[in-house]
Amino acid sequence: MYVAVKGGEKAIKSSLKLLEKKRKETGTKSIEINQIKEQLSFAVDRVINEGSLYDKDLSALAIKQSQGDLVEAIFLLRAYRTTLERYAYSTAIDTSKIIIKRRISASFKDIPGGQILGPTFDYSHRLLDFSLMKEDEINSYENINNQEPKNKEFPSVIDYLNNENLLEQEINNLNDNPFDVTRDPMKFPASRDQWMQILARGDEGFLLGLSYSAIRGFGSKGTHPFVGEIKYGIVDIFISPDELGFEICIGEIEISECQMIDQFAGNKNTPPQFTRGYGLTFGYNERKSMAISIVDRALKSEGYGEEIKFPIQDQEFVLYHADNVEAQGFVTHLKLPHYVDFQGELNLIRKLRNEILQGKKL
Amino acid sequence: MKTGFNFAYLDEATKRMIRRKILKAVCIPGYQCPFGGREMPLAYGWGTGGIQVTASIIGKQDILKVIDQGADDTTNAVSIKNFFKRVCNIMTTDRTAEASLIQTRHRIPETTLNKDQIIVYQVPQPEPLRKLEPKEKETRKLHAYKEYALMHVKLYEEISQFGSVIKTWAYPVETNNRYITDPTPIPKFDNPKMNNMEALQLFGAGREKRIYAIPPYTKVKSLDFDDHPFEIQTWDECCSICGSTKSYLDEIIINNEGKKNFICSDTDFCKSNLEKNK
Ligand SMILES: [Zn+2]
Repeated sequence: MYVAVKGGEKAIKSSLKLLEKKRKETGTKSIEINQIKEQLSFAVDRVINEGSLYDKDLSALAIKQSQGDLVEAIFLLRAYRTTLERYAYSTAIDTSKIIIKRRISASFKDIPGGQILGPTFDYSHRLLDFSLMKEDEINSYENINNQEPKNKEFPSVIDYLNNENLLEQEINNLNDNPFDVTRDPMKFPASRDQWMQILARGDEGFLLGLSYSAIRGFGSKGTHPFVGEIKYGIVDIFISPDELGFEICIGEIEISECQMIDQFAGNKNTPPQFTRGYGLTFGYNERKSMAISIVDRALKSEGYGEEIKFPIQDQEFVLYHADNVEAQGFVTHLKLPHYVDFQGELNLIRKLRNEILQGKKL
Repeated sequence: MKTGFNFAYLDEATKRMIRRKILKAVCIPGYQCPFGGREMPLAYGWGTGGIQVTASIIGKQDILKVIDQGADDTTNAVSIKNFFKRVCNIMTTDRTAEASLIQTRHRIPETTLNKDQIIVYQVPQPEPLRKLEPKEKETRKLHAYKEYALMHVKLYEEISQFGSVIKTWAYPVETNNRYITDPTPIPKFDNPKMNNMEALQLFGAGREKRIYAIPPYTKVKSLDFDDHPFEIQTWDECCSICGSTKSYLDEIIINNEGKKNFICSDTDFCKSNLEKNK
C-alpha cells in the first residue's frame, strides 16, 4: 500500500526517538558542556562564526545536541539567534589594541613587537597520538613559561608600507550604519560591509575551496598573495549609546585577523600600489580568516576595473552560495517528497514517447 | 499554554516588517518584494518563507491547514503544523473548507477557495527567469523593463523540439498583465485555479528573501501561444479510492512487478469525495 508517506506524525515521533537513542545507545558518560568548550575549542569557534553568535557555551551545547554535526550545530545557533533582541551596534573594534596570543608576518622577517608563534598545529607532526586513546584526568598541564607580552599595542604591520604609499589605503567609506545581512535582503552590486559579513559567517570549506582556486590559477592573474600579518588575540568591544554620548566597554571577544597583501594595481597614470585583502573571524579561526582575505581581495576586482573571469570574482556566485545554513537546507530539501512534480514529468514523458512511437509528430 | 516563545515565534517588530512587505506585494501583484527574511528553526528550502508569512498574519482565531504534495499527513506538513501548534496554540484542520489559512507546498487544493481564506505558498525559487539568467542584477532589470523575450523564446524552443511546452510544474504565469510570476512548483494542472481566485494568494521565499502576492480576483494567465494553447494534465485512469476523474492523480507502485495505481494527490478532497459518493 501507499502508506510510506502517510502517518507522518507517528514516523516523526519515532525518528526523533531513534536519534536520541543513537546518542545514548551504549550508555557512555554524558559529555559536559565545559569539556566540549575546552577540548573541542576549534569546533566551538567554528560554530560561533558560522552561527554568527559569540556564545561559546551555547555553541558547545549546539555541538552536543547535534551530536557533532557542525553544520547542524551552526543551524541550531542561527535559529536561536533570530529570536534575540538587538540592543545596539558596537563600534568598530580596534585590532591594534589586543591581548595577543599569536602574531606572525610572512612578509617581514622581523616586526616591531616581534613574531609570536602561540598555539598552533602548524609545526606539530600529524601523527596520531595514541596516548590520548586512554588519557587520565586532565588535572594540570605543564605550565610553560610563555612570556606573554604585557604590551597591548600591536599596530598593523603592513601599515608600515603606507609610509611610502606602497599599499592601498583602507578607507572608511561608511556614511551610515553598516549593512546588516541578518536583517536586510542581499543587494547587488554588494557593498564591502555586506560581503565581509557574509564571508565571516560563510562556510569555511566553501571559502577555503574558493580561495584555493584563486591562488591555483582560477583567480585574477594568478599571482601569489603574501601574508602581511596574522593575529589571534582578545579585543574589547565598545558600544556608544546615543543617550550617553561616550563609549563603554561591554566585554571582550577572541578574534583572528588576516591582512593579505596582493598583486599591485595601477596604470600609466596611477603609480602601482599593492592591493589588500582582509579577513576577520570570531575566535581562533586562522585558516578561515586567510581564506576570507583572499576572497575579499577577489571580490574587489570590479572596483579595480579588473576583468571578471573567475567564480571567486563573481559577487553573486560567491555571496549567494557561501552560507551553509542556506546551502544545506536547499540541497537537503531534495529529500522532501516531489511526487506531484515527478508525476507531471512521468505523464509528459509517456505522452511524448507515445506521440513519437506512433509517428504522430514525425 | 505557555510556549516559551512569542506568539507565532517571530517577534512583533519582525512580524510588522513582514506584514508591510506583504501589503506592498499585494499592491504590485506578482512583483517580488525583497524582505529581511529571518532564520527559522526549519531548514531553508523546507518552507521558511511560507512559515514567516504565515507567522506574520496568523491570529488566535485562525484555523490552519498545512499540506505538502496535496496531503495533510506528509512528514513536512505535519512538522510545520506541529510547529504552529507549539508556538501559537491554535486550531488546525485537514478540511480545506474549514481552514482560514492554508500553507501549501506544491499544490492548490481541489476544493475552490473562498474570499475568507488566504493561501500561503512555500517558494523555493521566486524568480521565474533564474534558470534563463542566473544574475539577480539582470533579472531585476528584465522585470522592470517588462523584457520577457527570454522566456518566450524558451517556450518556443521547447515546442520546436518536442512539439509542446515541456514544463509540467512551476509553469510560468503572467499576473495582472504585468509581471511574469513563478507559481511555485505546483503542477500546471493547478495553474487555472490561480486565475481570479477569491482567496488572497501569498508567496514566501525564505532563502531568497522575497515575498510576492496575487490579490483576490486577479487575472493570472499561463504563458502560451495562439497556435499552442496552454493545456493541463489529464489521465486515462481515475482515482482508485474515490473514483474521481477531475483531480490531480499520484501514481503509486503497488507491487514488485511495478503494477501501478492512481490516487488523488489532495487527500482531503479524496476523503470528501468518497463520503459524498457513499
Ligand atoms: Zn480520490
